[in-house]
Amino acid sequence: MKAVAKYFSGIAHGLKTLLTGMKVTGYYFSHARKEIITQQYPENREELQMFERFRGIVEMPHDENNEHACTGCSACEVACPNGSIEILWQRVVDPETGKKKKIIDKHVYHYAMCTLCNLCIIACPTDAIVMGKTFEHAVYDRKQLTQILNKPGSKVRADVKD
Amino acid sequence: MEESGYFDFSPIVNNIHESLAASFSPGWAMAIAWALIGITLILFAALSVIILVYVERKVAAFFQVRLGPMRVGPWGLLQTVADFIKLLMKEHITSRNADKFLFNLAPFIIVTAAFLGLGAIPFALGLHIFDINIGLFYITAVSSVGVLGILLGGWAGNNKYSLIGALRSGAQIVSYELSITLSLLAVVVLAGSLQLSEIIASQENGWWIFKGHISAWIAFVIFMIAGTAETNRGPFDLAEAESELTAGFHTEYSGIKFAMFFLAEYLSLFIIASVGATVFFGGWLPFHIGTWQAFNHIMDYIPPIVWFFGKVAGIIGIIMWFKWTFPRLRIDQLLILEWKYLLPINLFNLILVSFIALMGWYF
Amino acid sequence: MEPVTEGTILAQDGDLKTQEYFVNMGPQHPSTHGVLRLVLGLDGEIITKVEPHIGYIHRSIEKMCEHDNYRQIVHLTDRMDYLSAHINNEAVCLAVENALEIEVSDRVKVIRTIFAELTRLASHQLWWGVMGMDLGALTTFLYAFRDREMINDIFEETCGARLTMNYNVPGGLMFDLHPNFQKRVKEFLVHFKSKLPEYDMLLSDNVIFRQRTEGVGVLSKEDAISFGVTGPTARGSGVSCDVRKLHPYSAYDRVEFKEILMADGDSFARYKARILEMWESISIVEQLLDNIPEGDILAPTKAVIKLPKGEFYQRVETARGELGVYVISDGGKSPYRLKFRSPGFSNLFVLEHIAKGAKIADLVAMMSTIDIVVPDIDR
Repeated sequence: MKAVAKYFSGIAHGLKTLLTGMKVTGYYFSHARKEIITQQYPENREELQMFERFRGIVEMPHDENNEHACTGCSACEVACPNGSIEILWQRVVDPETGKKKKIIDKHVYHYAMCTLCNLCIIACPTDAIVMGKTFEHAVYDRKQLTQILNKPGSKVRADVKD
Repeated sequence: MEESGYFDFSPIVNNIHESLAASFSPGWAMAIAWALIGITLILFAALSVIILVYVERKVAAFFQVRLGPMRVGPWGLLQTVADFIKLLMKEHITSRNADKFLFNLAPFIIVTAAFLGLGAIPFALGLHIFDINIGLFYITAVSSVGVLGILLGGWAGNNKYSLIGALRSGAQIVSYELSITLSLLAVVVLAGSLQLSEIIASQENGWWIFKGHISAWIAFVIFMIAGTAETNRGPFDLAEAESELTAGFHTEYSGIKFAMFFLAEYLSLFIIASVGATVFFGGWLPFHIGTWQAFNHIMDYIPPIVWFFGKVAGIIGIIMWFKWTFPRLRIDQLLILEWKYLLPINLFNLILVSFIALMGWYF
Repeated sequence: MEPVTEGTILAQDGDLKTQEYFVNMGPQHPSTHGVLRLVLGLDGEIITKVEPHIGYIHRSIEKMCEHDNYRQIVHLTDRMDYLSAHINNEAVCLAVENALEIEVSDRVKVIRTIFAELTRLASHQLWWGVMGMDLGALTTFLYAFRDREMINDIFEETCGARLTMNYNVPGGLMFDLHPNFQKRVKEFLVHFKSKLPEYDMLLSDNVIFRQRTEGVGVLSKEDAISFGVTGPTARGSGVSCDVRKLHPYSAYDRVEFKEILMADGDSFARYKARILEMWESISIVEQLLDNIPEGDILAPTKAVIKLPKGEFYQRVETARGELGVYVISDGGKSPYRLKFRSPGFSNLFVLEHIAKGAKIADLVAMMSTIDIVVPDIDR
């Protein structure tokens, strides 16, 4: 008799647990309008806001005079674990002192190798590079992933010292 | 049926029949009539599967707190059409050591079996392709032919995952065929007929789910469980078992042949749901409450075909709800559920329902 | 073929031989959680042999560490067990700090602990969702991801990345907490505490789920110890191995929490251990959240970190078990040799032992409850 009771209580318990599960999913189904959390991505591009510390891509901000803060000290190059940053130099003669001086020619950034670890940003003594908030970086050609961060014709801001 | 307050399709059908008979010789008229029925069925099946797949995806999405298809057409309405076109255009891949004949035959068997079942379903008054006196028996019989396609497909693909899936499916359908038939028998005992139109007629004064009270409820619960298993859907989708067997019996199929398995799965879902609606919920009969004349009258305004599809949609909804809630059973648990629980309860229920029918303890 | 006549015995007892066959489960398979390849010996549905083949995602992180300096090593550990990224970072940083004998501020310790527990929650949430999916309940996956998203947002707001956070640096943290941090964590805790019972309603109590996991893949206490299994997997077998309790690091000595120990050692015990661990993690976060002490977030270190000559070992408790970082330094700016003792590696190989005689469907449940992350195994 005990076995029979156990048999039926087993069925009852099983059905109850199944219905409990169905209650949970049923709630989400019937409250779909409120509970749906997915967003439609390309459509909501306008209102999509990244967090202010979001790490998307390394960028070098330029001001309105096309000047940046990078002195070419290559601290970022040293800090980078993957060799994604290469600093190319240029030697010019300083008009004031007449001495030869190294300035930055190209700040080459290989996005393909970058792991966005943020080490270059914290290594930079002049805050010349920042993490950009953009995240759509797919390109059709691998070459496009290598970027030169300082814009052509730009120069170092005058108040920035190495 | 003496009362004919419902919209009757038989005059339309008779008109077509008469005009065919008038313009062609009897043989040709017959052939053209069958061709017309065939084309209508295929179109209906394609349309209903396209709708069902869309609904399934949307329902799944809502269960899973997401939006579901939203891209093609408004609210993604044309998504399944696009998918179907994609499947049509895909390459047919047959693995090298596959049994080519059986490999190509399997999808046809499974789709044919599904179509055969569709033939005996009463969609509305007068809209019934063939109303044979063993309609219910016929449907249960042909719906189990589909497993042959699964077995062949799994075997012929020369893939071990497919083979395991196919053999699982064989064991499953052989077992659950028993339960589904016995649970339907409960209502057959009450209605006293296997003919679907008779079963519907017997529910004129109330559906069996209400009239048959306790035994009909037991039969309905078992029918839902066994029906879900019969259609190879979750939590009984062991034959596909994505997380265990990658895609189970149709691992090796691609393109339109895969689409045919898909089609058959949804068609059999539709058939099971319509059998359930017909047997337990009065088919195309409107919902009536005892002597509430006004209420019953309003219900009569809704055409029978809407009632039928509404009930079918309800049952399909519950089966989908199962799928998107429960984990999958293991093969031995599946068989235990059938042989230790469903079958004994079913047999007991059959005795109970016979007793109830004998004593006239139903409404 | 001989004609069958009356009295011909077609098959005798024992005559019917079944053939054992092999199936490659993976490297591309929906439930191997990555590129793990299991060679299964099968007799029908019964598993006679499991042979894990690893190395499909080996990136030689340990070798790469020998070329990087100690600051750069940290970001590589994100990519081992990506679900416990913060805890991996913490392990390396703690090893370096201990070797240099730097004392980080209390603030750093507490923040690290909160982050570690949030990481553990996120990892267990993902595991729960995937566990349901492996057993065929597809909906759990999305619910788990919904809740995990909130943690990822918290991480993203403070450190700018969601998964590979790289928030720790030797000596402290990369950034201070975002002003919204506490508010957001509180919001999350309120939300998640209401959702965690739903996890139970959907899976833990479900009769099908119970049948699929109870008594499946029983790992005895002795076996767990001898295989070197750690983490919730071992605690499901009753092995006390929580590094947070046994060798407290960061701020674990100032919080109260229980070490979850289950007796049965089956899949369900491992499952339950993780579910209960989530409650413990919530409690740890709650204890620390309102009293984060003030202090520096970065202890001063030299520009080039050089570890003294010697060998250093640091262990932490990741979401999967005990992660050991073993550093041999020759006094240079990068380690001479760095070895990670990853929990996934030891945990995976117990599968060979417990899966014998089970069915294919059980293997999936076992794999889920062992909770492997393949990049953690291969490194």
